[in-house]
Amino acid sequence: MGISLSNISKSYKKVKAVQDISFEVKPGELFGLIGPDGAGKTTLFRILTTLLTPDQGTATVTDLDVVKDYKSIRKSVGYMPGRFSLYQDLTIEENLTFFATIFGTTIEENYDLIEDIYVQIEPFKKRRAGKLSGGMKQKLALSCALIHKPKVLFLDEPTTGVDPVSRKEFWEMLKRLQKKGITILVSTPYMDEAALCDRIALIQDGSILDIDSPEKIVEKFPKNIFNVKANNMYKLIQELQSYQHSYSVYPFGEFVHYTDQRDAFEIKDLQSHLKNQGLDNIIIEKTQPNIEDAFMELAK
Amino acid sequence: MKRFIGFVKKEFYHIFRDKRSLFILFGMPIAQILLFGFAITNEINNVDIAVLDHSKDATTEEIINKISASKYFTITQFISHEDNIETAFKKGKIKAVINFEKDFSKNLIKERKASLQILTDATDPNTANSITNYINAILQNYQQAENKDIEVAYQIIPQTRMVYNPELKSVFMFVPGVMTIILMLVSAMMTSISITREKELGTMEILLVSPLKPFQVIIGKVVPYIFLSVVNAMVIVLLSITIFKMPIQGSLFLLGAESVLFIITSLALGILISTIAQTQQAAMMISLMGLMLPVILLSGFIFPITSMPIPLQVISNIIPAKWFIIIIKGIMLKGVGISYLWKESLILIAMTLFFISLSIKKYKIRLE
Amino acid sequence: MKTENVIEAKALTKKFGDFTAVNKISFEIKKGEIFGFLGANGAGKTTAMKMLIGISKPTSGQANVAGFDVYTQTENIKKNIGYMSQKFALYDDLTVRENITFFGGIYGLSRKRIKEKTQQLVSELGLEEIKHQLVGSLPLGWKQKLSFSVSLLHEPRIVFLDEPTGGVDPITRRQFWEMIYKAADRGTTIFVTTHYMDEAEYCDRVSIMVEGKIEALDTPKELKKQFKVDSMNDVFLRLARNIE
Repeated sequence: MGISLSNISKSYKKVKAVQDISFEVKPGELFGLIGPDGAGKTTLFRILTTLLTPDQGTATVTDLDVVKDYKSIRKSVGYMPGRFSLYQDLTIEENLTFFATIFGTTIEENYDLIEDIYVQIEPFKKRRAGKLSGGMKQKLALSCALIHKPKVLFLDEPTTGVDPVSRKEFWEMLKRLQKKGITILVSTPYMDEAALCDRIALIQDGSILDIDSPEKIVEKFPKNIFNVKANNMYKLIQELQSYQHSYSVYPFGEFVHYTDQRDAFEIKDLQSHLKNQGLDNIIIEKTQPNIEDAFMELAK
Repeated sequence: MKRFIGFVKKEFYHIFRDKRSLFILFGMPIAQILLFGFAITNEINNVDIAVLDHSKDATTEEIINKISASKYFTITQFISHEDNIETAFKKGKIKAVINFEKDFSKNLIKERKASLQILTDATDPNTANSITNYINAILQNYQQAENKDIEVAYQIIPQTRMVYNPELKSVFMFVPGVMTIILMLVSAMMTSISITREKELGTMEILLVSPLKPFQVIIGKVVPYIFLSVVNAMVIVLLSITIFKMPIQGSLFLLGAESVLFIITSLALGILISTIAQTQQAAMMISLMGLMLPVILLSGFIFPITSMPIPLQVISNIIPAKWFIIIIKGIMLKGVGISYLWKESLILIAMTLFFISLSIKKYKIRLE
Repeated sequence: MKTENVIEAKALTKKFGDFTAVNKISFEIKKGEIFGFLGANGAGKTTAMKMLIGISKPTSGQANVAGFDVYTQTENIKKNIGYMSQKFALYDDLTVRENITFFGGIYGLSRKRIKEKTQQLVSELGLEEIKHQLVGSLPLGWKQKLSFSVSLLHEPRIVFLDEPTGGVDPITRRQFWEMIYKAADRGTTIFVTTHYMDEAEYCDRVSIMVEGKIEALDTPKELKKQFKVDSMNDVFLRLARNIE
């Protein structure tokens, strides 16, 4: 009753959007597609929501085939496309009523499902969607996608361009929806949101890099990773990159994430090397890899 | 059905909340009718003309009096010889010369026909054309009056037929054209824009991923515009009757029915455009360039089809507006019924069916 | 050391009718500093930046950019700054080289200089093979790196980056930041507006704008210490909660 893809490929003219993608989302799972713009996330969503047909491969949503049974799928899924696709000139209430009507239901009938989302925007229900903040648009779009009580929810980059507070609230809402038995497939370019999913697929350039739980993906990271800091960031990066034993060097906020080729790496070796190159205030400390480190390692 | 009504309701919200589309819908018909009615007319007034009368008999005098009595012409000069015509024109004051042949009256009685020559200053061809038409009409009037009680009719040559617009008001000629343009614009452009807007906003994706059937989406888009276009057609006809005192000769019911037919043709075109265009801007460009220009240039609205080069005459046949203009001119000005217009109506129906089937074929149930 | 202020704003304010978009913001930015200008969408970031780059006149307050007054010397300001935004950067229908030549020309670089710069840029970014390709056909990451380089063509004293790295893959993003560090190392001041809080971690100092006011301004490290959290994202969450 979940989602299943096997060997899905899709090209636009000469550009291969997705290649040979296979994965399964279990019923009731919160599954994340994590990858940058242009990775093929939206193409996958459109194939699963029956908006595009795959060139190769098969896919099912709630055991229904996305090509043959597209009419049945369209009745039972909720879809929130990448941009908040709302009618800007209609009020919150009118948008919601409209989507309820075209799915043959009413707001009252499924109010319990959207209640804790909708109450936050209900005070503004006479306001037009075009005049809402990003966070409020996002909540309205989610309410609209939920109004017909879908079994599966497809959310394509629901948090892009939304402030951190709304992003946090949004993920809390998803967790609650999941408890109500809805299967959720969500995509995001934010690596830090990956940790909030049950399982994730890391995707880049139309191919899947890895599929697993966020914890396992991080655990699989093959190297010890170090935070390095010094008085001159640019010089530090240059020196680390030219260091003969360096394996990877990535700026990471105020630090540089460094991994070494050698298993027997000693912090003080690097410390003295950097000092010899004229850097000061050097800090080197072991740290934990995160999803983004794993992503870069896999994409390398 | 509830879904469908919900959809139509939403469309009306869109229309009534968008100031621009409201203006196009209701401001334009009024502005256009008034503009064409008052400003861009081919009417002539107090044009100076000269007369060269070789016979100087009772008939020519009567005709001259008739002409000078009309408010359109002022006879400022009598010329005595052909050689002076050119100088009269060169002075630039007079726009036309009427040249009666010798023994005009005698010929008319004896041979039942007489001829006169109308020379017009063709540096302004439109005015020249109008002048010729006006003078012909006056001659026509005169003849009709004279011939009433005579068994064998007189004939004055040249003779131009101007029976369908005896009051010579150009606004009557423009009303059918303006009505055609407005119905076309409102129906085709507005529907294509409203469909492409959903594509641009991404809401089309949600509509596709919903139990709404494609034809429900299309019909839902079209219904409000059928309604609004009918209102528009009524406004135009009302304006023409009240402000310009235009008589509608034929059946109002037939006029309404034919208008609805043309509205549906235009809507079908609009849907077809929206299946090609991805953005509102593209839809607007295609509507303007692909529909408006041909309607203005090739439908016979401004330039008579008969005076076009043959290739353009052939092309004009595929323009729905041409047929609609023939139909409503027939109804409004000639007062003819369906027995005269069934051919044109059939052509429009065929075109509509063609456009509808083509857009259904092109309409996608998916995004590709 | 880095002491010279290249941007100074004092009680800078912009009102649209009754609505105060930017409310008395004050800050100083030093030469070679990477300054993060954060805030949610609609917080007033763009309005504030427009005043600094001389395309919007402040309602009140003072500001100097590269030593020039934002009221009277906007032409001088424009000559001394570079600008890159995610929304508009390069012309998709021109090739890589045509874009460089065009933007070089706008900033009055001589033909010879443009040629040198093009050569340098193409080799630095490794664009040799694709310099005759249309920019529209390049991957997003390349476009952004190229666009940043183009904004540096005329060697401006300050570069304004408007949401530069949204949606880019993590590796390209690092390469982009390396370029920023490099420019800063050469003494160019970097002014980055963003609503991605993790982007803030890369900056020397950040300001966080909420509803037209600057509610916090310090190094990321100090801000995290002050709010007792681990990330700038959490700093923002705390800040938003405090204001509510």
